[in-house]
Amino acid sequence: MEWIRFHCDNMCGIIGVIDRRRQLMDGSKIKEALASMDERGSGEGAGYVAYGIYPDYKEYYALHVFFDNIREHKVPLDNLLEKWGTIVHDEQIKTYEQPGLRKVHTPWRYFFRPDPNMMPKSTTPEEDIITHLVMKVNSERNGALIFSSGKNLGVFKAAGWPEDVANFYRIQDYQGYLWLAHNRYPTNTSGWWGGAHPFNLLNWSVVHNGEITSYGTNRRYIESYGYKCTMYTDTEVVAYLVDLLVRKHGLSEKMAVRALAPPFWEEIDRMPPKEQELNRAIRLTYGPALMNGPFAICVANENSLVGFTDRIKLRPLVSGESGDRLFISSEEAAIRRIDPDVEHITMPRAGEPIVGKVYS
Amino acid sequence: MMNSVRIDAKDLHYTPLNQQIRAAVASGAKEIIIDNVLGQRFIGDGLRGDDVTITVNGVPGGDLAMFMSGPTVIVKGNADHAPGNTMDKGKVIIHGSAGDAVAHSMRGGRVYVRDNIGYRGGIHMKQYLEKRPILVVGGSARAFLGEYMAGGLLIVLGLNSLSPASERGIGSGIHGGEIIIRGTVDENNLGVGAKQQPITNNERQAIMPIIMDFAQVFGIDSSCFRTDTYTRIIPASARPFANKYTWE
Repeated sequence: MEWIRFHCDNMCGIIGVIDRRRQLMDGSKIKEALASMDERGSGEGAGYVAYGIYPDYKEYYALHVFFDNIREHKVPLDNLLEKWGTIVHDEQIKTYEQPGLRKVHTPWRYFFRPDPNMMPKSTTPEEDIITHLVMKVNSERNGALIFSSGKNLGVFKAAGWPEDVANFYRIQDYQGYLWLAHNRYPTNTSGWWGGAHPFNLLNWSVVHNGEITSYGTNRRYIESYGYKCTMYTDTEVVAYLVDLLVRKHGLSEKMAVRALAPPFWEEIDRMPPKEQELNRAIRLTYGPALMNGPFAICVANENSLVGFTDRIKLRPLVSGESGDRLFISSEEAAIRRIDPDVEHITMPRAGEPIVGKVYS
Repeated sequence: MMNSVRIDAKDLHYTPLNQQIRAAVASGAKEIIIDNVLGQRFIGDGLRGDDVTITVNGVPGGDLAMFMSGPTVIVKGNADHAPGNTMDKGKVIIHGSAGDAVAHSMRGGRVYVRDNIGYRGGIHMKQYLEKRPILVVGGSARAFLGEYMAGGLLIVLGLNSLSPASERGIGSGIHGGEIIIRGTVDENNLGVGAKQQPITNNERQAIMPIIMDFAQVFGIDSSCFRTDTYTRIIPASARPFANKYTWE
């Protein structure tokens, strides 16, 4: 029955929390919650993203970069960034040696202001410059990888166990109002620093448990819009799809999830006429964005946290509420690790999003 | 009580926790109470001893009582995925809800869940000779209830005023055993290979002692159960996929 077991609880661990009042939480409890799901990983990848951590530089894009080698690979990136804008500040991301983690990259952060005149034809020049730079740098593989590129947020990840990765970055020293964390059990590609979650582009971050068997179709579709898939794993396609559907096409988060995990045709056939029309239109327009295979996914931007599963619910996802906070995780126990008094533990229906938004 | 053992599971990994449980059973304990359980998987797995009762205070992790043969496990909280996985004998009583694949491949004994269960409840439950596993759910069940079911009995009561089974794929691929739903079931929600029929008087009589036992365990008012309507879902054939995977 291994195949059924695989469908029921495997693998990877997810935890996410949003404080709708933007009250800050340090990373210590997130670390504990993620580490409590060590059983879901294999020590080959873990990561965290926190929103609200760079208030002093909040108007600049915070680029987190893995360098293979500072001396050789940093200067070309500096030059490229200076060509497209201004480096306001840059520094090595502080790390702390861990016995269980081999430091194969040097993490670096830039606070960067793109020059909008460099993309005169674009209506969103700053975002398009950042996207262009991320795609260019990551596909050229010249000893530098930009793995985080949003404002006032940062991804911290590596190949290792959740607690080792957290201690490597001292994640407890960061204060965010929205956190996502992920513990990886790589199945179809090998584990490496860039392949750890969260995946990020601009203000979008994604963590994912499962596999996207429609990756080939989704990748062809998203690459036709200029995105490049470079991380040897399926999850990055979700970050780009969400960026395309929500930022570029203006869909709501709920409609985007409907496009990615739509109802089955026979369900649509039984809907009232108006709903039928809407769901047909979404399926026909976004057919190549439909994601198949088992998955539970959390997506975040600076205002919201969204969780959803595949259409036949082959991966676990539960949510809970506590005052202004919404939690989403693979396991209820992980949520209770952060807040033992969490209420309204619920399991979202297959394909239906659970959404938490900041009060604005 | 002489034969009672209390274990504090706070920040304890499941391996030492299960070692302590096994040591307690080996030394003759009949009642084991585990406090501060939070996410530990595999509690009571493979455990034997018909007269042992384990009380789990907290929220255990997945695969509770997997392969267990004999003991009773009482959970005072919600359970995660697949409690009663391939369980052979004994009881699991959950005072809360449970995750996906409850009673997965169960062989014998009983699993009672007071509230709701996730997707694929009773997946591939089986039976052989005197071994007939029973899963009773007080609340509601999500889609693919009794998927690939090969035997045993699955009852969903819908006591929380939700519809007991209102999602797709009920009995998808069922080829043995039976699913009893209190109330009616939308034909659209039946899975491939499943068919429904109204319950007969004899069948109702046969399940009543089980429902009464469930009600008594959780202190639920049982006055309506004898007169309520029930739907019985059974295999349309013993080989629902005969023409899908083989050609004869």
